[in-house]
This record gives sequence, structure tokens and C-alpha cells, in this order.
Amino acid sequence: MNRFEYADSRLMPNEVYARRDMAVRLYDGDTKTNFEGGELILTSHRILWGRPGDIPRGNTCLSLSLRYVVFFEEENPGPFSFGRSKKIILHLSEPAVDKMPGPADNSLYNYVKLSFKEGLDSHFITQLSDTIIKRVWETSTTGLIVLNNAHDNQGNSKLLPQIKPRTGIIGIERSLQAKQKETDQNISLAFRDLTKLMDMAKDMVAISKTISAKIRERQGDITEDETVRFKAYLMSLGIDDPVTRDAYKSSNEYFEQLAKQLAYILEEPIKEVGGMMTLTDVYCRVNRARGMELLSPEDLLHASRRLAPLSLPIVLRSFDSGVMVLQIHSHDDNAVVDRITELLKERESMTAEDLAQSEGISVLLARERLLVTEKYGKACRDDSIEALKFYPNLFLEEISND
Amino acid sequence: MAEIEWPWQYSFPPFFTLQPHADTRAKQIAAWKSLVLEYYRITKQAVVDVREVHTNPLFNNTNINRKLPSEAVLIILEELGKSGNASPLDKNKQRWLVYWHTLEEWGDIIYNWAQENGFVGSVCTLFELTQGEDTIEQEFHGLDTEVLIRSLKTLEAARKAELILFDENQGVKFF
Repeated sequence: MNRFEYADSRLMPNEVYARRDMAVRLYDGDTKTNFEGGELILTSHRILWGRPGDIPRGNTCLSLSLRYVVFFEEENPGPFSFGRSKKIILHLSEPAVDKMPGPADNSLYNYVKLSFKEGLDSHFITQLSDTIIKRVWETSTTGLIVLNNAHDNQGNSKLLPQIKPRTGIIGIERSLQAKQKETDQNISLAFRDLTKLMDMAKDMVAISKTISAKIRERQGDITEDETVRFKAYLMSLGIDDPVTRDAYKSSNEYFEQLAKQLAYILEEPIKEVGGMMTLTDVYCRVNRARGMELLSPEDLLHASRRLAPLSLPIVLRSFDSGVMVLQIHSHDDNAVVDRITELLKERESMTAEDLAQSEGISVLLARERLLVTEKYGKACRDDSIEALKFYPNLFLEEISND
Repeated sequence: MAEIEWPWQYSFPPFFTLQPHADTRAKQIAAWKSLVLEYYRITKQAVVDVREVHTNPLFNNTNINRKLPSEAVLIILEELGKSGNASPLDKNKQRWLVYWHTLEEWGDIIYNWAQENGFVGSVCTLFELTQGEDTIEQEFHGLDTEVLIRSLKTLEAARKAELILFDENQGVKFF
């Protein structure tokens, strides 16, 4: 109770009002005090307690600076307590030397209780902990405290030199918090740098483009030495050969290498699934295999386009519908068509879903296969509201049978 | 109305979807053409209204729940028009006249009948031709009047007959 001091109920310049509770009684440790049925105001700096009506009138009231609060908890009602008032225990640190006079000069207890006669609003606890975590009072009064301490140190030898404001659990917590703050700042700083770099990179690319254009314009005017040096600059900037960017000279090699790798890793899997794999499946498989160094869809497409010219065992194929697949070079449409014709005869009719299920391929691919079969004149379609079904092409077959 | 013997295609669902494959489509349309003519010959109908085709069992097989879309009907009618078995009655090509013999064939058939039965040089009413007792055995018995007039006009152009068309009196004189 000796941490309380008489104070002006008006707020200090930096102080921010947080909340107000009514019918609060103060306890000094476990003993009741006669400060009861008062008004409790929580601000960013203090807890104010006043008789009803005192605070609005600006009269003197009791004030407990939040910097004393080490820890607070809700009191668990014992088995024999029947009161409906809820209590909050505030554990307090030693009173400061420069404390203003208060209602009690000495106290046996290091804690006080706030008893809420009319029940405890659950927001009180969250707001209290929020304000304590924020520690607004520190930022605004640090200067004062340091001054005071300097002053005190001369006259009071009992006071410990101020290394850290607080030790113990709260000290550890604070140092952790400080560290966290620091990392946070570092990260945001780093990202700020990164955005700067990006901005710069745009400019750099623009510059390099104009210069490379100039070089191309007057190839002869610039000495070879200069060109080489300029290229070296560009390389050191990490911009890959923008001079021949349009010709894709370096990416070409990359795509060729990529194409070879694709052929190497995909030949077996594609054979397993029946000689054909959609590009989306390929994309997933390749990137799963690569793990970290992921491929972009564009790169994969470019590399796939290089498959055929390199006469690799798999080739890219685009269906009329625009679906793209990688298929084994030796893949024969006729074989597929024959197989599907057979299936159609067996079952009379099939949708793409049916085929996908029976053959264990994707619906998309099944559809393409049926369309190919149709294109070969071995199937005909029945497009109704139910589904797109394919039938054996009786139109052509019946005639040849006749 | 005579019972129609539906061809196998009629109960084959793909028959009611226009096939994208060129050869298949050709076969499909050919099958449709002959079916349409056969149907109109047996039912002795002559007019197809594209807007109302789905009331017609020909284009709507309720057994397998398939309808031929109107666009496809129009394509078939245009194909029939190319072979001289149909012609549109209005500019929007919504109503069509369908005839299982071409107009020239009809003309010849009627003229042959007139020659064989000694009607050359005399006048017959159109009613006599299509409903009369003399023609019960003939193919053109019960023929749509519009088709009849059009086929007689081909005879007129070949100077084998002359149409006499008054308000009520419709007749033809064979030469």
C-alpha cells in the first residue's frame, strides 16, 4: 500500500486514458482498507483510485504508478469464499525513493489487491496487460528518471547504480523483448534495402539496355576493349548478357540442357503412364524432383519446345484443343486409336471420365485420346445434356460392311 | 399414316449430334437425307418448319431422349436443297418444302401417266390428279398441292403442259 501516492487526478501530458471501473476496493496485501466503493481509472501510466465523484472533479486521489507492477494475477476464489467480488492481485516492486507521500508509509506486503465488487470486466485484464507491456511511462519519463537517479546517487549510497532498471524474471523478459524489437528492426531495414535494390535494378537494366542498343548501333565506333569492359561491368551487375538478349543466346543453352535433363528424368515415368503426360503433370513432377531449384512454367515450356530439335526420346505435342503433353517419341497414335476402338466396341459408349477410370489416366488426356480416335474416324460423338459420349463409328463401319 | 421402318441410325445416339469428323459427317448427313425423304414419302407430308421440328418424331427420338438440333436440321435441309429435294418457302429459311422426287422427276411421272391414260390435250383439275379415283394407284396420289404446282411448272417450262390457275379453279392442260 506504500507504493500509492497522493496525486492530481488530471492526466499528465503524455498520459492516455484507458478505462474506468466502478465500486473498487483496495486491499493492502490481504487486509481490507477503508478505500472502498471507489472509482478506478486505468491510464497508460498509472492506476488512479478516488472516492466516487472525486476524479471527475479533479480532486486529489490515490495513484499507483504502473512501473511498480511486476506481475499481476486474478485471485482464485478459495473454497470458503462466498463473496461475488473478483480480486486482482498486483505484485509490486520496492517503492522508489523519490516517491511522493501516500496514504501509507510502510506496508508489510509487496502486493495489493483490487476488489471489484460489481464483478470484473474481462477486458480489464487484457487492457491492463496491454498497457503494462507497452510501457509508455518509460519512453516519456526516462529523462527524468536518469536525472533523478544522478541526483539521488550523490545523497543516497544505499541506492544501487542503475545498470538495468529491473532484474529477475521481468528483466529477462525485457531483454528478450528488446532483442525481438532489434531483429524486427533489422528485418524491416533489410527489406527497405531490398526495395532500394529493386528500384536500382530497374534503372540499371534500363541503362544497360540503352547502352547495349548504342553498342549495336555503332558496332565499329567503340573499340573492342571498351566493349569487353562494358560487358564485364554488366556481368558484375548480375544481368545476363543483355546485348544478345533478343537472340536468347545464353538461355538457349540453358533450355537445351534443361531439355536433356527432362528427357533423362521423364522417359521412364512417361512410359509407365502410357506414353503421354500432360505438361501440368510434368511441371509438378519435375519440380517435386528438383525440390529447391524450382522451374518456372515458362522455362519448362521453352525447354519442352527444344525436345524435338534435339531428337530426344520424348517430344512436346499440342493437341488441337491446345492441351500440351510430353510423349514418347515412338508413341503411335494408331496404337492408341486401336486400343480405344476396341474399348468402345466392348462397352458400346464411353465418356472421357469412363476412359480415364479404366485406363488410369487423367480425364484431360482421356478426352484427347477420344478426340484423336474421332479424328481417325473410329469414333463418333453424342453430345447431349448428359455428357459428351463417344460411340464406335457405326456410320463408317456399317457402310463398309454393306 | 403408314408405319415407318426406322433405320438403325435412328436409335443410335450419335446420329443426333452433328459429327465434326468430315467423312463421318458426310455419312451421317446422307443417312439423314434418306431418312427425311423416306419419312416424308410415307407420311405424305411436304412442309418442314425448322422452328417446330421437335414436335416431329423424325427429329426427336423420345425413346433414346435425343433431339436433332435446329442448326443440324437446317444443314440437312440445305443439303436436300442442293440435290433438288427441298426448297425454302421463305427468306429466313424457316419453312421448307420437301419432296422425295425432284420436281423434274415428278413432272415426268405425271406426264407419263397423262400420256398413258390419254389425258394429253385435255384438262385435269389438280384435285383430280391428287385425290381423284383415276390416280389412286399413282405415286403422286395425295401429293402436296404446292409440290404439284411446282412440278407442273417444270412441265410448263418444257412446253408439255399449261397451268390454269384461277381463284378456285386449278387445272392443267397437257400437250
